Amino acid sequence: MTLTLPMGRATREAYGDALLELGKANRDIVAIDADLAKSTFSWTFGKHYPERFFNIGIQEANMVGMASGLASCGKIPFISSFAAFALCKGFDQLRMGAAYPHLNVKVAGSHGGISIGEDGVSQMSVEDVALACALPGFIVCIPADEHSMTAAVHAAVRHDGPVYLRLGRPKAPIVHQRDVRLELGRAIQLRDGDGLTIVANGLLVAQALIAADRLAERGVEARVLDMHTIKPIDGDALARASHETGAFVVAEEHLHHGGLGSAVALSLASTAPAPIEFVDLGDRYAESGKPDDLLKKYGMTADNILAAADRVLARK
Amino acid sequence: MASALSAVPSVHELEGIARSLRRHIVRMIAAANSGHPGGSLSAVEIITALYFGGVLRHDPKRPDWPDRDRFILSKGHGVPAQYAALAESGYFPVSELTTLRQVNSRLQGHPVQGSLPGIEASTGSLGQGLSIGIGHAIAARLDGRHYRTYVLLGDGECQEGQVWEAALTAPNYELSTLTAIVDVNRYQLDGAVEDINSLEPFADKWRAYRWHVLVIDGHDLVAVLNALHDAREPRDVPTCILARTVKGKGVTFMENNNEFHGKAPNKEQLEVALSQLEE
Repeated sequence: MTLTLPMGRATREAYGDALLELGKANRDIVAIDADLAKSTFSWTFGKHYPERFFNIGIQEANMVGMASGLASCGKIPFISSFAAFALCKGFDQLRMGAAYPHLNVKVAGSHGGISIGEDGVSQMSVEDVALACALPGFIVCIPADEHSMTAAVHAAVRHDGPVYLRLGRPKAPIVHQRDVRLELGRAIQLRDGDGLTIVANGLLVAQALIAADRLAERGVEARVLDMHTIKPIDGDALARASHETGAFVVAEEHLHHGGLGSAVALSLASTAPAPIEFVDLGDRYAESGKPDDLLKKYGMTADNILAAADRVLARK
Repeated sequence: MASALSAVPSVHELEGIARSLRRHIVRMIAAANSGHPGGSLSAVEIITALYFGGVLRHDPKRPDWPDRDRFILSKGHGVPAQYAALAESGYFPVSELTTLRQVNSRLQGHPVQGSLPGIEASTGSLGQGLSIGIGHAIAARLDGRHYRTYVLLGDGECQEGQVWEAALTAPNYELSTLTAIVDVNRYQLDGAVEDINSLEPFADKWRAYRWHVLVIDGHDLVAVLNALHDAREPRDVPTCILARTVKGKGVTFMENNNEFHGKAPNKEQLEVALSQLEE
């Protein structure tokens, strides 16, 4: 009997609603999009606040530069695009205009991971976490469901400094309560256990819960951490989990290098080393296809987490 | 309120200030034994007119004054000229100029926002300043403030695609408070702009992007001041001033000598340069 989680809305949809809600009270919030406003849901904000919304067409570099100027004047600019374009095309501008001067620029990269599906590799963002984590002072966050996304957008506004949020295209299973408390940099423990710890973010959190449920049937209790914030990583939660469970599986929708797996390994290596197995895309690109077919083919499902759990338990 | 507004120097006095900025530039670059004299010297009259000719509303005692006019040096390698103007305006002691490019100095090799009062953007990776200027100009409109935003670019810099993204965008938002000034000194690091990747017809390009375009002699202070005043006339598009300049202007052996794009004068060359820039 597989654990079934109720299906929620896409995190990008929750992002748009949260931006609208926050924009009501805070008139410093402005939004810029680069011709993907209906896909990123920044249009939810834009249609209510046209005077604070700038759809500048297909020019990501200019979008980031404008955000830098707006943030320099006390505005809280949210810039939205596909994650692949916001990070890859706007990277130098993020470096010079947001990270280096540590400005209050919020970047929302939508359609993250390979679960964008049919559009294929050119639109898939699988490098975004590595790129964003490389920028000094950036907070990097991938919420798992609509409720944690809402909380994350609120937290991003409370935080004075650059933040990268990854949004997802497909509907995401609900893994959190509606009123979930999300603190940037603090993992949320969704399940306790002492057999091993599964660390995941984004869509892989639901897969981690499913895998943990199946492990329990076999008598292995897995701790599940929603590590929504990759940077700064919650080193305390990881060190505690290392002492109490002694083994890790890290699951994410990203390349092997530079994502959550790297952040977890870096943290544990300097605090409480333990065996880790990784569930990710590896060192390759994916292809067009239905999101579920792709996640299965490229190895980012509950089955893959279970296999990784077996491997890591054998090393424990 | 800005001291610059209360007493605008005469053109003769401005010429003296320009010479003084040039002396600072060659001294600080020589002291650092590193930097970009050519593109700093070519921008001197533009920067003199902005800071000392009653154009920029600014207050060195209140660099964060929300209503100050913004000046963004997009061609960040020319920053010795801006540092000299900021010091002479009173943003920081003139004695600090010769710390340029030294470890622990606030005077970084290229402009760094937050490192020094009066620096509005981190630049030096070319092509980004005009986009940042658009952000400032939109913020002014949203906040009902009346400051103006000036962005100084290089001509070689206009080979960057992002400049044209910004050039496309500003007129569409009717950002009449935004002024782009291009220091057209005709050279880039590897040689003549014309030879490497020509921008011509340059003025026509800006006009085609719907900017109000002025082409002037960028070393004629009266022409520079007139153009900057013209840019403030009410209209619904931004203004682009193409200021034709001489790279290395004011030091004979640096003028149109691209060896001094990014090379410091040695001790003897410094003495010759200073003798040519006497008060």
